[in-house]
Amino acid sequence: MTALLEVEDLRVAYGKIQAVKGISFTVDAGEVVTLIGTNGAGKTTTLRTLSGLLKPVGGQIRFRGKSLKKIPAHEIVSLGLAHSPEGRHIFPRMSIEDNLRLGAFLRSDKAGIEKDIQRAYGLFPILGERRKQAAGTLSGGEQQMLAMGRALMSQPQLLMLDEPSMGLSPIMMQKIMATIAELKEQGTTILLVEQNAQAALSLADQGHVMEVGNIVLSGSGRELLHDESVRKAYLGED
Amino acid sequence: MTTQTTPPKSPDIPAAGAPAGLIGIPERIARALATGGGVLAVVSTFLAWTWTDEFPGDLTFYGYPGGLQVLVLIGGALTALFGLATYGVKGLGWLTPAGGDAALKLTSLATFATAWYTVLAISFRLGGVVNLEPGGYVVAVVTLAGVLGALALPFERPEPDPIDPEASRGERFRHDAAHGWHVVKASFAAGTPRPLRRLPASLEILVIVGILAVCLLVFTYGIGTEYDELFIGFLITAGFCFAALHKAGLIAHATRITARHQNITICGAFVAAACFPFTQTDDQYATIGVYILIFATVALGLNIVVGLAGLLDLGYVAFLGVGAYAAALVSGSPSSPFDVHFPFWAAVLVGALASLVFGVLIGAPTLRLRGDYLAIVTLGFGEIFRIAANNLDGTSGPDLTNGSNGVSSVPDLEILGFDLGVHHVIGGVTIGRFANYFFLMLLITAVVVLVFRRSGDSRIGRAWVAIREDETAALAMGIHGFRVKLIAFAVGATLAGLAGTVQAHVTYTVTPEQYLFAGAIPPNSAFLLAAVVLGGMGTIGGPLIGAALLFLIPNKLQFLGNYQLFAFGLALVLLMRFRPEGLVPNRRRQLEFHEEAAAPDVLSKTGA
Ligand SMILES: Nc1ncnc2c1ncn2[C@@H]1O[C@H](COP(=O)(O)OP(=O)(O)OP(=O)(O)O)[C@@H](O)[C@H]1O
Ligand SMILES: [Mg+2]
Repeated sequence: MTALLEVEDLRVAYGKIQAVKGISFTVDAGEVVTLIGTNGAGKTTTLRTLSGLLKPVGGQIRFRGKSLKKIPAHEIVSLGLAHSPEGRHIFPRMSIEDNLRLGAFLRSDKAGIEKDIQRAYGLFPILGERRKQAAGTLSGGEQQMLAMGRALMSQPQLLMLDEPSMGLSPIMMQKIMATIAELKEQGTTILLVEQNAQAALSLADQGHVMEVGNIVLSGSGRELLHDESVRKAYLGED
Repeated sequence: MTTQTTPPKSPDIPAAGAPAGLIGIPERIARALATGGGVLAVVSTFLAWTWTDEFPGDLTFYGYPGGLQVLVLIGGALTALFGLATYGVKGLGWLTPAGGDAALKLTSLATFATAWYTVLAISFRLGGVVNLEPGGYVVAVVTLAGVLGALALPFERPEPDPIDPEASRGERFRHDAAHGWHVVKASFAAGTPRPLRRLPASLEILVIVGILAVCLLVFTYGIGTEYDELFIGFLITAGFCFAALHKAGLIAHATRITARHQNITICGAFVAAACFPFTQTDDQYATIGVYILIFATVALGLNIVVGLAGLLDLGYVAFLGVGAYAAALVSGSPSSPFDVHFPFWAAVLVGALASLVFGVLIGAPTLRLRGDYLAIVTLGFGEIFRIAANNLDGTSGPDLTNGSNGVSSVPDLEILGFDLGVHHVIGGVTIGRFANYFFLMLLITAVVVLVFRRSGDSRIGRAWVAIREDETAALAMGIHGFRVKLIAFAVGATLAGLAGTVQAHVTYTVTPEQYLFAGAIPPNSAFLLAAVVLGGMGTIGGPLIGAALLFLIPNKLQFLGNYQLFAFGLALVLLMRFRPEGLVPNRRRQLEFHEEAAAPDVLSKTGA
């Protein structure tokens, strides 16, 4: 069986700046895979390339066996790859419900959309309570929940989350992580980019450590969690 | 605006938040003065204000208010009502859900301003105050007393901002001026509206009918004003009274009721509009009516492009022109090079299609670029269209548009055997040529309103907003930005073309000079954009009201002459400073302008 997502020797550059210098990894269906690494390592760049917002300089991306290199961003979503971008990027002046509906922009099954909106409210009850409120009035953590809920609305085969815990209090963060675990239970495949290596690695089946555009270390979540160099560099131990 | 609750202060600081009026009169006397002023103003309109009927409106009768007196009467009556409501008179509580004092102040101002304007206008026109009858003096005195009383009503004073003791004189002055302005603003601030008892649905619908009837009445009155003074008086009274109703919380309440019965309201509004020709005795004002309707419909179409999709189109009038030319060319006009005479439905299709094609041709290459380029390209297209229409006259280019003479003698329409060019008698009322076209145009307006509503609430409407708000996130949702924008642009163009097909027949002649970027007579691109921005982006009512005002004001105030554009610019600047969301605010836009401290910047918001 081939993997759901295969990335091979991916290289991305912003003009002369090489942000991703040839990385390879795979994501299997049902797995949670995490990318961790220092600031500026190229994690966000990788996700943006996978979802078609950036064009790679070289390498291969295959999703469900199909090359994504020539496919524009809006069609990649319809293939089943959802991206919750870094920094939330919710639509602040639209209602929460409209935000969710936009997540289902490419779907036309009305009943299914309604069901999934209810599912998002089930996952994040606060969203249901405030459904008519402008999304910009939510707190940062609630906006993050909305961004996740919205990404789920496209019924993705692969959900890419870019730093869902950014700027959250420890309690909020636990809540988000618990939700990711819950989604994993339900069988959603997730590619997770995180600064909080501890939380991400304890959740992940596979982990990759990025440094200045390269993957320097890969392994199962548990392995990496106990790896000497990872503990030093990312978990603040000496 | 809600009143701020001030934190408890230590007793030795003078209580800046203590209620006091702008003028030092005890509250009881002040309230009595204001209310009594209203009542007496009503009474004084039954007196003669001047001795001769040389002043228009004939204000020489005892017992019959006429002309400007009627406006003072209305202002006075509203003042008296609001005054009584602030006394807590039973049965009037519903008038002031957000408190009556601010409304009382504004209606007093309305009465005062209209009355004094009238008295001064009489004196100027007839050469001196000797031309006033006692009634004129009476109304001047009672309205002055009323407004002084109203301004003395207490209000919650805002605390001055602390000032750096080492501030220079200039800074001090600026600080004091700012504080003075805050105090004046606070004196007109309304309270938080208390919820009114919810009426049964049938009563609410009755209320809607009443509101629409009042709107029709006000509008017909405004259109029918026969002389400058009356129109100015109308604007003064209407402006202040509208503000008063707003401060009293009635507008918000009416908005809530109409929002609950949106479909009924919209149908009702069309019925009310359709009643307009029946209120007229001749075709004179139906002409104005149909021109307003054309202008307003095109503005509404532009609102899809600007207000919903956030694309700045500076040459929109060209699409109206394309539709009009297309319809005129196939109308059987003798100056058309085509010897064809299409039935109306076919002409409409041709006009709308032609505009659609141009919309796509202009939009496809430019919508991929950033918003600024679109503005420039559409500006260019507007001019190119006009100049090309001027040159396609057979000498400087192929013979198509008959050059600057335009396509003339466009024949009147005949739809299903109904000749729109002659008058008909319906139910004892003569419906003239322009009234016929008014009805036809109303149908087109209905189509545009329908398209606007359906698209605004739909998937595509949400996509437009999403693109405007955050293009990256919209892309991540799978929204094809370019395609979605092109749809907005093409829909807008098509609707303008649709209106153009009717316009060609109404005006008999289609010339290039009807489609300027800016000019004294609407519709032109600048005025269309102004109608949208002034009225309220992203709303249906906004552009309709904006267009009506922008058409009526230059049309009625001919004496403004060359200063018209200056006055228009000034009004626009003031409005953008104090009410950037327009007269009829869109909920989402309001958030945009008032939740953030950032200065409103309309054009950059609509770009990109
Ligand atoms: N639009 C851009 N133009 C130029 N350089 C960019 C751009 N975006 C990112 N970069 C550079 O590319 C490199 C990788 O950035 P990226 O955002 O992918 O890092 P990251 O791993 O997501 O970091 P963080 O953990 O801080 O979010 C950085 O050196 C960054 O400065
Ligand atoms: Mg990042």
